[in-house]
Amino acid sequence: MTLNRRDFIGAGVVAAASLSAPMVLGAGKPRVVVIGGGPGGATAAKYIAKGSKGAIDVTLVEPSRTYYTCFFSNLYIGGFRTLSSIAHSYGGLAVNYGINVLHDWAVGIDRDAKTVSLAGGAKLPYDRLVLSPGIDFVEASVPGWDLSQQNKMPHAYKAGSQTELLKAQIESMPQGGTFAMVAPPNPYRCPPGPYERISMVAHVLKEKNPTAKIIVADPKPKFSKMALFQEGWADHYDGMIDWVGSDFGGDIVEVNADEMTVSIDGEVTKVDVCNVIPGMKAGRICELAGVNEGNWAPVIGHTMQSRLDESIHVLGDSAAQGDMPKSGFSANSQAKVAAMAIRGALTGSKVFPAKFSNTCWSLIDTDNGVKVGATYEATDEKIAKVDGFISQTREDSGLRKATYEESIGWYAGITSDMFT
Amino acid sequence: MRFTTMAITFWAVLSGAALCDETATAIGDADRGAKMFKRCQSCHELGEGAEHKVGPHLNGIFFRPAATFDDYKYSKGMLAAREGGLVWDIDGLSRFLEAPRETVPHTKMSFHGMRKERDRNDLLAYLRIFSDNPQNIPEAAPTARKVEVVLTPEILAIVGDPEYGEYLATECSTCHQVDGAFDGIPTITHWPAEDFVIAMHAYKEKHRPHPVMQMMAGRLSDEEIAALAAYFENLE
Repeated sequence: MTLNRRDFIGAGVVAAASLSAPMVLGAGKPRVVVIGGGPGGATAAKYIAKGSKGAIDVTLVEPSRTYYTCFFSNLYIGGFRTLSSIAHSYGGLAVNYGINVLHDWAVGIDRDAKTVSLAGGAKLPYDRLVLSPGIDFVEASVPGWDLSQQNKMPHAYKAGSQTELLKAQIESMPQGGTFAMVAPPNPYRCPPGPYERISMVAHVLKEKNPTAKIIVADPKPKFSKMALFQEGWADHYDGMIDWVGSDFGGDIVEVNADEMTVSIDGEVTKVDVCNVIPGMKAGRICELAGVNEGNWAPVIGHTMQSRLDESIHVLGDSAAQGDMPKSGFSANSQAKVAAMAIRGALTGSKVFPAKFSNTCWSLIDTDNGVKVGATYEATDEKIAKVDGFISQTREDSGLRKATYEESIGWYAGITSDMFT
Repeated sequence: MRFTTMAITFWAVLSGAALCDETATAIGDADRGAKMFKRCQSCHELGEGAEHKVGPHLNGIFFRPAATFDDYKYSKGMLAAREGGLVWDIDGLSRFLEAPRETVPHTKMSFHGMRKERDRNDLLAYLRIFSDNPQNIPEAAPTARKVEVVLTPEILAIVGDPEYGEYLATECSTCHQVDGAFDGIPTITHWPAEDFVIAMHAYKEKHRPHPVMQMMAGRLSDEEIAALAAYFENLE
């Protein structure tokens, strides 16, 4: 038999656990509170509860009773998915794993007392806290826009009613009208997301409103899968999309929600729909917990523990972890590492070396999917990319269709991994 | 009491081993690399606003195929290297820096080469800062080197039998040219035995991709891999 690295470390931890476990267990059932029920939090809650078989008390705090995945919400805009097909409930986590699901807002964290305060008034004690609140927006990131204008100029970057609103606005655009997007600065949730969205908007307009125009003002000079998207836009939506990167003034933007105008490098355009995706930061609870440095919460890659508080793990979009993109896939991958580390710390279960991966699929048009993926390893400094792949330009239609079908399989897989 | 002591010793030995294992290592020491770059900067610019000088600027060099700036006049040697598929990844850059004129004959880079691997690694760690960040562009070049599967001393200590290896190697030579020629399929001749063992176990454990090699290595025992390693290491 080959004794590989995993067995090797696992054995060490078991031996260590036999010494320390009685102390931990003697203090009563350890408690984990998870804040945020997305791909990071739901996955972590499930894997902690499932792996510990009732030895750890897990509470999941998530305000929404129905969770709409951000991933695949662009496909809803494009008409490839229904809204109900990206909606999920938390019943499975309660029923199958005994997770205590609280639909409430976490409004404060006392790191000394190790308690979480909820808007409803309750205080939850924890031994380990998992923060996976996703993103919030940086104030004044786009001049002229703030959250009070999200109905006139939706961000649709937290899925649900905002996504429905944006889709409805696109579908009621006048013939030959103009759709504008203000794309976000780095780093942000889902690097290819804005450009998949442009593809989906173009797909809708090509059918219903073929003389309409799309303008993208981008504060960046380049973006993920750029060659693939630009090839796809030229092939499928020729002449419809005008992407203005920062080399051409795309970073000098101002919007006016009352006038429905967008100014790009001083040139003012009247638009019919304006999708403003502002700059992003860690969900506000990270700031309240005091685990941020700048806009994000730095973590140790081996365990996803906050670098500022070893009792707190930060997952997904909120974490400053290194090379992984902010994506649902990444959050799900990080959650499994954190769950393993938390179980190891609280019950002495085996701990293996952290392994991370990510793949982002994007849909350009019907049956035309592309993907980018990578594997990552934790170093003491960060989570580092070690290998990867990306779809190529000029791939044949069979491969693109297979890639799209693979993404549908992935969606079914990850949502099942999160919720059932 | 005796059990406890033993358990502590056991734990200390194992966790000590685990602590020095990392599944990835940084390319090098970027701070030291910044100092090494002083040797390059009389010809190459780097950082915000960098432009071509005697040599092309080095922003975004990682994962760029060789000789792809339209506004820089490359040597014929570098253009030929581009035709040959040279891409500036960690290994490509390291090979070029080690011996520029041997790696790309007729390059006009008048630099004799950086012989020490550590120097090259540190310089590359510094250069890597000025290429895309995978957090924002997931397809950007890696920022660390993967450490291959870590094996126990017992497996590495197996001394392979070269004669058995020679017999087993007949299967390898269907694809790999035993004289070390490289023609689309990598050479496996004259590899240090330890590297060979690590690579084969990585295929066997499916830590390295490639379906054929996973299949081939998957059915080899530890002794067989050691024997092959011993054979290829010392092949005349």
